[in-house]
Amino acid sequence: MSDYIIEMLNITKEFPGIIANDNITLRLRKGEIHALLGENGAGKSTLMSILFGLYQADKGEIRKNGKTVKISNPNDANALGIGMVHQHFKLVEVFTVLENIILGVEPNKLGFLKMKEAREKVLELSEKYGLKVNPDALIEKISVGMQQRVEILKMLFRDNEILIFDEPTAVLTPQEIDELMDIMRGFKNEGKSILFITHKLNEIMAVADRCTVLWKGKCVGTVDIKDTTKEELSRMMVGRDVSFEVEKKDIEAGDVVLSVRNLTVPSKHHKKNAVNNVSFDVRAGEIVCIAGIDGNGQTEFISALTGLEKPSGGTITLCGRNITKANIRTRSKAGMSHIPEDRHKHGLVLDYTLEENMVLQRYWEPEFQNKGFIRSRNVRKYAERLIDQYDVRSAQGPVTVVRSMSGGNQQKAIIAREIDKKHELLVAVQPTRGLDIGAIEYIHKQLVATRDAGKAVLLVSFELDEVMNVSDRILVMYEGEIVGELDPKKTTVQELGLYMSGAKRNVVKEN
Amino acid sequence: MRLNIKNITKSKGFSSFTSALLAIGLGLIFGFIVMIVASPENSLSGFQMLLLGGLSRLGDVFYYATPIIMTGLAVGFAFKMGLFNIGASGQYTMGMYFALYVGFMWKPPEGAHWILCILAGLAGGMIWGFIPGFFKALLNVNEVITSIMFNYIGMYLVDMLISGNATMYVSTKARTAYLPASAQIPSLGIQNTSANISFIIAIIIAIILFIILQKTIFGYELKATGYNKHASIYAGMNGKRNIILTMVIAGGLAGLGGAFYILAPTTIPGSSMTYEPINVIAANGFNGIAVALLGSSNPIGIIFSGIFISYIQRGGTLASLFGYKPEIIDIVIAVIIYFSAFAMLMSLAIARFFKNRKVKHIDTEDIAPGSGDPVEESNEITPESDDPATESQVATTESDMPVEETGREEA
Repeated sequence: MSDYIIEMLNITKEFPGIIANDNITLRLRKGEIHALLGENGAGKSTLMSILFGLYQADKGEIRKNGKTVKISNPNDANALGIGMVHQHFKLVEVFTVLENIILGVEPNKLGFLKMKEAREKVLELSEKYGLKVNPDALIEKISVGMQQRVEILKMLFRDNEILIFDEPTAVLTPQEIDELMDIMRGFKNEGKSILFITHKLNEIMAVADRCTVLWKGKCVGTVDIKDTTKEELSRMMVGRDVSFEVEKKDIEAGDVVLSVRNLTVPSKHHKKNAVNNVSFDVRAGEIVCIAGIDGNGQTEFISALTGLEKPSGGTITLCGRNITKANIRTRSKAGMSHIPEDRHKHGLVLDYTLEENMVLQRYWEPEFQNKGFIRSRNVRKYAERLIDQYDVRSAQGPVTVVRSMSGGNQQKAIIAREIDKKHELLVAVQPTRGLDIGAIEYIHKQLVATRDAGKAVLLVSFELDEVMNVSDRILVMYEGEIVGELDPKKTTVQELGLYMSGAKRNVVKEN
Repeated sequence: MRLNIKNITKSKGFSSFTSALLAIGLGLIFGFIVMIVASPENSLSGFQMLLLGGLSRLGDVFYYATPIIMTGLAVGFAFKMGLFNIGASGQYTMGMYFALYVGFMWKPPEGAHWILCILAGLAGGMIWGFIPGFFKALLNVNEVITSIMFNYIGMYLVDMLISGNATMYVSTKARTAYLPASAQIPSLGIQNTSANISFIIAIIIAIILFIILQKTIFGYELKATGYNKHASIYAGMNGKRNIILTMVIAGGLAGLGGAFYILAPTTIPGSSMTYEPINVIAANGFNGIAVALLGSSNPIGIIFSGIFISYIQRGGTLASLFGYKPEIIDIVIAVIIYFSAFAMLMSLAIARFFKNRKVKHIDTEDIAPGSGDPVEESNEITPESDDPATESQVATTESDMPVEETGREEA
């Protein structure tokens, strides 16, 4: 009677202070790949959590095959055949692949595990859908892509027919993404229905049949992918036109600003070095991007470069000055600006006001203090100028408590502070993480403007589009080493992916 | 900025103040119930005495408020940096000893004697604050552990030193002798009380601390470290120096409290307060924690909460005239302190109540998709996180945030 296997009708969910889902209707056909598109904070995860039983909707109903169902917890969802691959995997690290797959639904007889039966079923499933795994490998020893396969097998083992993928491609290399797309198409051919949460338009265009777009908790509409374009989807997603290309004029790179030689940083998690013998230069007027999959030593490298951690070997030279052992303040004075990876942990004092955060790197300068007393009038003036110049929006201007600001504007505040500070080198670590397309566009412009002003920019990014569009030169980091140096104009995403996954390397020339 | 009631009620200070009042109110109600249970026929008059009795002993209220304001400042100031200085007792005791030592053993010019005693108390407390700060900064030893240990070390050390000193100790009476008049802090001149000018000094110190916290870069660094240690490191602040400095200042404040308490003249001419080495940790150090909590660690708030706790203690002493045991009043004070810990939750609950109403109101005039600037979107307070399992947590922790971002009028 109903074409739809799952219908979520007029779902409204309110949290204190915010309406996360406002009268949203989503209909999933049997055997289709249905994308759910929206910026951060648009309400995608909330909606899927309602379907998976993690939240209860305040209003609205969920139907399966036309019949109203009640989903109060993930077990109910499972019983209805709904499975979900979370963005952050829910796996027991010290268990094997097989043990993780059967966790919660262990086949048993009188409490004794029937592992043989389980193993046969897992192998059969992995054969059928091309999800190759080693059932006896420990989760902590296998790659992220493999772990995702385990999550997918978990759903299949439970005979789920409605599969939810929550931003599944964020942690994958381009090759792994292609494989995942194939796997998803395979599911579709088997008659399974897929809900695919993402904010990457290319993936939607490649694999989805239909797409529902959310914007600020509301449903903008559902479109057929074959009748739409990337541009139209992005307009629906952010409410205006967005340019995907970063405009950049060619300029000559100048003198060497940052020079890293044989830098080695020990790991906190294992005995190997997190960063091993890394050497490269960054010149004035160029954006050098360190690309790579998360967890290949980028965080440790940046910690050593910016002074948060001590390297165990090598040298760092900034503008001709050896800063390997210098403290953070000295590095900052020597001309290093740092947009940190975690803006809440490092970048901001969330309970301080905007103006107090604006001077976080400069409060000790004579402009802002006199004999230890804060010159609050100058602080206010300075903050007002930055807010104006960098278009940082907040409810009460300089006296807004930063915690109450949106993520995009918090990041803009950090960028304003770091770019306006006197600097020769800008270290930007994942500056666009978790931001919507509008804010990303803005931040990319600022990075290019900094480069055009003759500063050196070192960018660390996991987003391939960002790596390809913004940078002048790409260094690929794999397992703590620079395994390749690429020119974004002469390389492809596929080639970059090969370097990122360690399948290919070229020796970086010693300068 | 426009000044209107909305702005005042929204401010942080206002919500701390209302929550403190709420805590006191609930504590008093509970105390009254305790009194009814203990002795119903006297409860009304007893409770009245508890509430108003302090008025007839204002001098004593000020005298007893002074040391707990100081220990309250010692706890509150360190707490601003995220340090829990539970060692105020030890610092207080060391302050008393140093002050007593200078009072008995030194013979400086008449007019300067009591000032020197106070400075000695300051030094004693500073030393006892320095040690946990030093261990915290350089060896990352938790300051709670060290400062609890130093409460005991300080107390036994002082008891030992005093009992062994024939000039200071009167063994027949098991207490110290009376201090020479030159070592006693000048009285405020209120009759029949020990109130002295140290009360005014304490208030001045609190105001100075307030200025340090609000107006200096030291205060800026200190609060930044307290709010977010990682960000303070990122900004290149010298965390180690600041930890030691903060603990030294906190110790000095508690030490001054001890000096102010012990150097006071009593109502009997020629006599002074005395110290009894009876191996008990000074209660005023722990009362300081309560004072700091009730005052939201704000130096100005601490002045009032110190006076209030002292006031209610005096009233309680007088309530014993109606047959109430002093323990009853201890229960009432304990309840107030207990509720002050809830006070923050209560203020959040109140704030949430108002905000929910506000959000519903906004909803009706919410903007349609397609208009407005998406950059403004408050993806911070939207309870959508990467991990649905933590979302409920996010929703609760972030719900206390102002919703101005979404609630802003679209001009």
